Amino acid sequence: MPVNRPPPALEKAKRIKLLDIVVISIVAVVIIAIYYRVEHVLVYRWNWGLVFEYFVRIDEATGDILPNLFLKGVAMTLRLAFWGTIIAAVIGIVMGLCRVSNSLFLKAVSRLYVELIRNIPPVVFIFVFYFFISSQIIPLLGLDNIAYTASPNTIAVLEVLFGPIGLFTNFLAGLICLAVFEGAYITEIVRAGIQSIGKGQWEAARAGGLSRFFVLRDVILPQALKTILPPLASQFIILVKDSSIVSLISVQELTFLTQDVSNTTTQFFESWMLTAALYFMMCFPLAMLFQRFERTGLGIQKH
Amino acid sequence: MSNSEASHFLQIKGLGKWFGQFCALWDINLEVNSGERVVVCGPSGSGKSTMIRCINLLETFEAGEILIDGEKLVNNPKKILAIRRKVGMVFQNFNLFPHITVLQNLMLGPIRNLNLSKSEAAETAMKYLEKVQIPEQAKKYPSQLSGGQQQRVAIARALCMNPEMMLFDEPTSALDPEMISGVLDIMVELAEGGMTMIVVTHEMGFAKQVADTMVFMDHGEIVEVAPPEQFFTNPQSDRSELFLSQILSH
Repeated sequence: MPVNRPPPALEKAKRIKLLDIVVISIVAVVIIAIYYRVEHVLVYRWNWGLVFEYFVRIDEATGDILPNLFLKGVAMTLRLAFWGTIIAAVIGIVMGLCRVSNSLFLKAVSRLYVELIRNIPPVVFIFVFYFFISSQIIPLLGLDNIAYTASPNTIAVLEVLFGPIGLFTNFLAGLICLAVFEGAYITEIVRAGIQSIGKGQWEAARAGGLSRFFVLRDVILPQALKTILPPLASQFIILVKDSSIVSLISVQELTFLTQDVSNTTTQFFESWMLTAALYFMMCFPLAMLFQRFERTGLGIQKH
Repeated sequence: MSNSEASHFLQIKGLGKWFGQFCALWDINLEVNSGERVVVCGPSGSGKSTMIRCINLLETFEAGEILIDGEKLVNNPKKILAIRRKVGMVFQNFNLFPHITVLQNLMLGPIRNLNLSKSEAAETAMKYLEKVQIPEQAKKYPSQLSGGQQQRVAIARALCMNPEMMLFDEPTSALDPEMISGVLDIMVELAEGGMTMIVVTHEMGFAKQVADTMVFMDHGEIVEVAPPEQFFTNPQSDRSELFLSQILSH
């Protein structure tokens, strides 16, 4: 029987140290100072009630309660985030595989894509890309006709999925911009994940008679997924936040509509603080969810 | 001459390999018959591993040619898959797939390359796990096994492809001393079963026991090819003599 030797007793760490008190005091002073500046120097008139009216409105003719600008904006942002995540993930996986391919051509194409997007400011990219796709690509799809030919039921479903049918081409343009932009970052995450798998795994799989496709599918990608997942999750949260840049091309999502509210009401603090809270409420649960995945590892075996 | 050539399972002719400007292999000529056991030794960096890695095209080469079963190796994906079906390989670091079980490790190649069904592949896998004496580990993950057990799984994995030749790249170098003999026993058994083998190793006891031919390499060249009795007692070159004196001095 082995003897159980208890570990030496360690001194318990104090919960709050002097440094914590100092930092908390500094933060408190700054908050009080800001409050003082706003209330007594700027003399800002708070009017939260006015801003809250922009959540829902009551139709004067029928008495129905309808979503107003904030809720419409949240819905549009969620649509952008949902479809954007899916499209960006597809682009990222395909391009990421191209980055590690044997073909010089595929490597060059994916490298060019990633470098172009990473080295151009998002705002500039959005403008350049938007004017190209909105004037050249989207008319080719003939989407405008859908609004005239589809049945009311179809249109109702489409409106839930993609927003008001009249703004559909505009939404699509914004969505493609966002997905292409975020896809570049996901490409790099996928590439790094694949390259994190040791050379020995490739060699063993190849020596074991697997073709390149099965080497990737059965051996490399399942292992890479573990490395890819955490940065991928944080990239999806970034995507939700970055969706605000498509407000520049008049996609009527939360940021765009908040501009409307703040201009109409002139209650700038309230409008933007409310929008900040709304974005937080969208992103924070996502962060929690992904953290959970990371802990449970999505059922992937630890090694 | 043509008659004896036909019986060579493997022929390496004038093989040359460069890493950038560095010449890793120079004018390698070697013939291995079906059922022959070849042990390759030599100082580290002498090109032993590189040479056997060329045989299943894990490395490309710039000069010379390799014939397996009379067929010349070419860099064509389909042909390469066919070669790897005939030639199994065991690595120094085992390189088991950590995300799947031992059994799944063994089933992957047969399912993907030999087009076996899952049940057939599982049956083959269990057969070879019994051969390497660890059938009870089938449902475990590689990280739950000791190094010696992992290497035995790696040998079984290669055998599942039913290869005609096995390449061993320093199979016991990464093992703890007490694990080595178990792995060597499996290899001896394999050799006695008539498997064509090329083994890169420093285990001279194993070499004396099973080798038909000893190959000594240095600086990317084959310095000496001799039967073990002659190689160990009367090496023909100064370099092999020096190497043997260093490796056998303890």
